[in-house]
Amino acid sequence: MLTYGLPGWSDGPVAGYHLAQLNVGLVRAPTDSPELADFMAGIDPVNAAADATPGLVWRLQDGDGPGATALRPRGPDFMVNMSVWESLEALRDFVYRNGPHLDFMRRRRKWFHRMPEEHLVLWWVPAGHIPDLDEALSRLDRLRSDGPSPVAFTFQDPYDVPMADLRSR
Amino acid sequence: MSDISVVAILDDPVRRRLYEYVVLQRRGVSRNEAAQAVGIQRTLAAFHLDRLAESGLVSVSFRRPDGRTGPGAGRPAKLYQRAATEHQVSVPPRDYRSAAELLAEVVDVTGAEPQLQRSARSRGAATGRAARRLAPAEADGELVVRALTEQGYQPYRDGADTRLRNCPFHVLADRYPPLICGMNLALLEGLLAGAAVTALEAGLDPRPGDCCVVLREAARPSKTN
Repeated sequence: MLTYGLPGWSDGPVAGYHLAQLNVGLVRAPTDSPELADFMAGIDPVNAAADATPGLVWRLQDGDGPGATALRPRGPDFMVNMSVWESLEALRDFVYRNGPHLDFMRRRRKWFHRMPEEHLVLWWVPAGHIPDLDEALSRLDRLRSDGPSPVAFTFQDPYDVPMADLRSR
Repeated sequence: MSDISVVAILDDPVRRRLYEYVVLQRRGVSRNEAAQAVGIQRTLAAFHLDRLAESGLVSVSFRRPDGRTGPGAGRPAKLYQRAATEHQVSVPPRDYRSAAELLAEVVDVTGAEPQLQRSARSRGAATGRAARRLAPAEADGELVVRALTEQGYQPYRDGADTRLRNCPFHVLADRYPPLICGMNLALLEGLLAGAAVTALEAGLDPRPGDCCVVLREAARPSKTN
């Protein structure tokens, strides 16, 4: 008899820690092109859904476009989104169990190239710390070079807050 | 208990009807409710429900009636609900799940989702056309519920919406949510189109325990006359 559960589904908050996420994508066309029209029109509603989700601590925004769509830290097609959550469970619930967001993900191939490397990285931050893009991109690089580890991991291979960190507090 | 023994527990018409009633409910049901729904005596329902619980097909919880607490509140009611475990029996042995997991991984890695969604839509449309051919004059709502029931979705009404109690692709959907939920949505959009059902539209609206797709009344095109 096999029992299938959701690994990590019940990962609740860890006292003193929050979960940071960075997601990157290589966009197929300019943001003002017809190909990207659905995507650009969907950013604000999806971000509003995130803002209404219990467990969101912070999300990256910039003044020049909806969400963080105007930021291009690694080339003209390289888009990012970044946020901090109270727990892995809260983030997973939003990413995979929120209707508008799941529908957005369903259509992502229309707007973004498939990347051969990892495009999403998760890591723990002390509660109250808001990571910047340099920190986030270095975690992504670490994931891409070394695979999932306690300092940079994925939904498929989540890690707990390192015990050493908890002991040193 | 082996999977084949568990499945064999359902080879009793009354027990099967009780099981089908319990799995369609979104909450635990009492012996009384189940007995009434199936039209049998409470003691007989209790016997079969407990056999289902022993086998692990349904799980048991206890709850006092709402608003009654403390001494004198009475014994908590025994409630039965769908268990999370799945059972699979194939004779001779087949392993389509491993093949499906491998194929899903490849679709994910290669970014072939648009093609998966196109294929799913045409497969759904073929299912919908077949359902319509069988019952050309059937009302849309009834035809859709019948077709979804045959596909194992366990549809139920939720106000004006039709929701799906069971995800036929559960294990895969857990592992590749956008991929499998997107495929599932395309299958059901195709089914509606193939059956020429225009009054309903499929959308993604996941809820814990349910399939990720909901069928809603289609927004009517505004009249211009």
